[in-house]
Amino acid sequence: MAIPEGGFFPDEVEYGRYGPIFPKTPACYGFTIVAKIIPGREEVFREHGRTIEKAVKDQPDILAPLELHYLRWVLFEIKGETYFMYQGIFDTDFDKYTEDAVALFSQSGISTVFENLEGFPADWKTNPPAFIEFVRAHHCPSFLEYGEYPYVSADEIKKSLRVKYLVSQILDQMQ
Amino acid sequence: MLDLDDIQYLLLNRAPARAGRYEFLSFHSAAAGRAWLSAMVEQVHSVQTMRASIADEKRWVTLAFTWNGLRALGVDEAALATFPEEFRQGMAARAEILGDTGANHPDHWVGGMADPDLHAIVLLFTRDLEEQARCQKELADLLADAPGTEVLSTLDVAAVPPLDYAHDHFGYRDQLTNLAIEGSGDEPLPGSGGLLKPGEFILGYPDELGPPTAEPQPEVLSRNGSFMAYRRLQEHVGKFRDFLAQHGETPAEQELLAAKLMGRWRSGAPLVLAPDRDDPALAADPQRNNDFNYKQDDPYGYAVPLGAHIRRVNPRDTAASINRHRMIRRGATYGPHLPDDAPEDGQERGIAAFVLCASLIRQFEFAQNVWINDKNFHELGNERDPIIGTQDGTLEFKIPTRPIRRRITGLPAFTTVRGGAYFFIPGLKALRWLAAG
Repeated sequence: MAIPEGGFFPDEVEYGRYGPIFPKTPACYGFTIVAKIIPGREEVFREHGRTIEKAVKDQPDILAPLELHYLRWVLFEIKGETYFMYQGIFDTDFDKYTEDAVALFSQSGISTVFENLEGFPADWKTNPPAFIEFVRAHHCPSFLEYGEYPYVSADEIKKSLRVKYLVSQILDQMQ
Repeated sequence: MLDLDDIQYLLLNRAPARAGRYEFLSFHSAAAGRAWLSAMVEQVHSVQTMRASIADEKRWVTLAFTWNGLRALGVDEAALATFPEEFRQGMAARAEILGDTGANHPDHWVGGMADPDLHAIVLLFTRDLEEQARCQKELADLLADAPGTEVLSTLDVAAVPPLDYAHDHFGYRDQLTNLAIEGSGDEPLPGSGGLLKPGEFILGYPDELGPPTAEPQPEVLSRNGSFMAYRRLQEHVGKFRDFLAQHGETPAEQELLAAKLMGRWRSGAPLVLAPDRDDPALAADPQRNNDFNYKQDDPYGYAVPLGAHIRRVNPRDTAASINRHRMIRRGATYGPHLPDDAPEDGQERGIAAFVLCASLIRQFEFAQNVWINDKNFHELGNERDPIIGTQDGTLEFKIPTRPIRRRITGLPAFTTVRGGAYFFIPGLKALRWLAAG
């Protein structure tokens, strides 16, 4: 699906509680946040990776409210300055669960990494609108998105895998 | 501890009322509005005076204002700008977010609810109809002495016969969920979610995340106040009964279908605890009638369908950070009772309800947008709340049943939004501050 510049289809803009909602594509909902990090904080980001890994290990369903497919954290350089790219693909439009996501970010430590980005609002924990404004301002909408299994939710995928597992068990029992 | 002598009673108490009247007002000038408010403010009960006088009192008054109303009373622009954006815009401007489309659209609202000149509401509850008539005259006299304050519209409310407990025109028991707020003196009932932080409902107190932040200014205006969403919801009783008759062959089947739509039997007994047959004793017992959850007790919705009304408006343990989305509910029924055997008479009847919360966007609008009107709530795909969701006849309702689920298509709209507004309900000190100008 090719997406117009700006990220919205002008005739079909749907408004959510915090402004226009970025459209769902065959690759579901998603964001790509690109922001410059505060110089010298690279190691904080790498430590963050280990924090999240541990949080998920300790509590495998910790990120469940976000209805995610994938999250990707990337650091890269342009002209000697380090940038951070945070890309998420999920099943619910972010606007709907802004407050829950903010709460989850603070509980799980996902947040700490954002505090090392230039321009991130210091009061984000108590100010979801400021948080969402930052996310919107740094979101780079795709101009093209593709899905090999279009519009399928993570929940449907998980259910299908469970059915596959159960069917194979049935077949084993019939041997 | 809460300032119980300053918080308007409505936030923490339900008046033992059988009748009442809502008056919607407009101020022609700040001076006129303040004169009227000065005369009215003495009638308003705080939590403390309401509790102390409950044995003898016969009428309970609440005052609240729209953002335009605060401006009309002379609150300065700098202070007005500190109120949250959704409140400044007002409910009508948020129609798309709330799902107020089609027949529910503000263009069709009655009573001047979408009118920018709507400034204030007087919310009167009375012990009986006689007292309501007396108070109505008193309010009219007071207005006659306060030129420049005009009544835009009124709505009389009264308990619906024939049952001896609060219920709506469809026959469902109402007022079942009672929240207990820390510092209010109330003990939480089983299943009510424990003691909730006061800042979720009352401005100036810690909420679930910590100390209060970014409250509207000045503090004398916001402290002990709350936001209040008003919804006038017409109930299409004839259509509802026809639907039950069409989809249920016997009275027992019809009762079960009515229960599945709600998640409770019309008596109020929750389906999680009484899945197969009604249990009026359970329904009437506040220690038991909310004491259930979904994740363990009914994960697939065999008792309460995943899209049933009570599962959407309070998903309990199946929602993330549920205590950030709780709401206080008040209200009453209006319009004539339609007897069981009577055909639809075309008269308007329904519920005129209030939702009170500290953040309209995080609590009331979230519930409307994410729980009630999200077609894909719980991966349902093509459903909205069967009772209060926006229905246009194209959606369905699925009832998980063994071995195969039941799917009802073409669900009609049993309710229509006929009006609504966002109000700020100040504490008593703030009311006096507004009156003094």
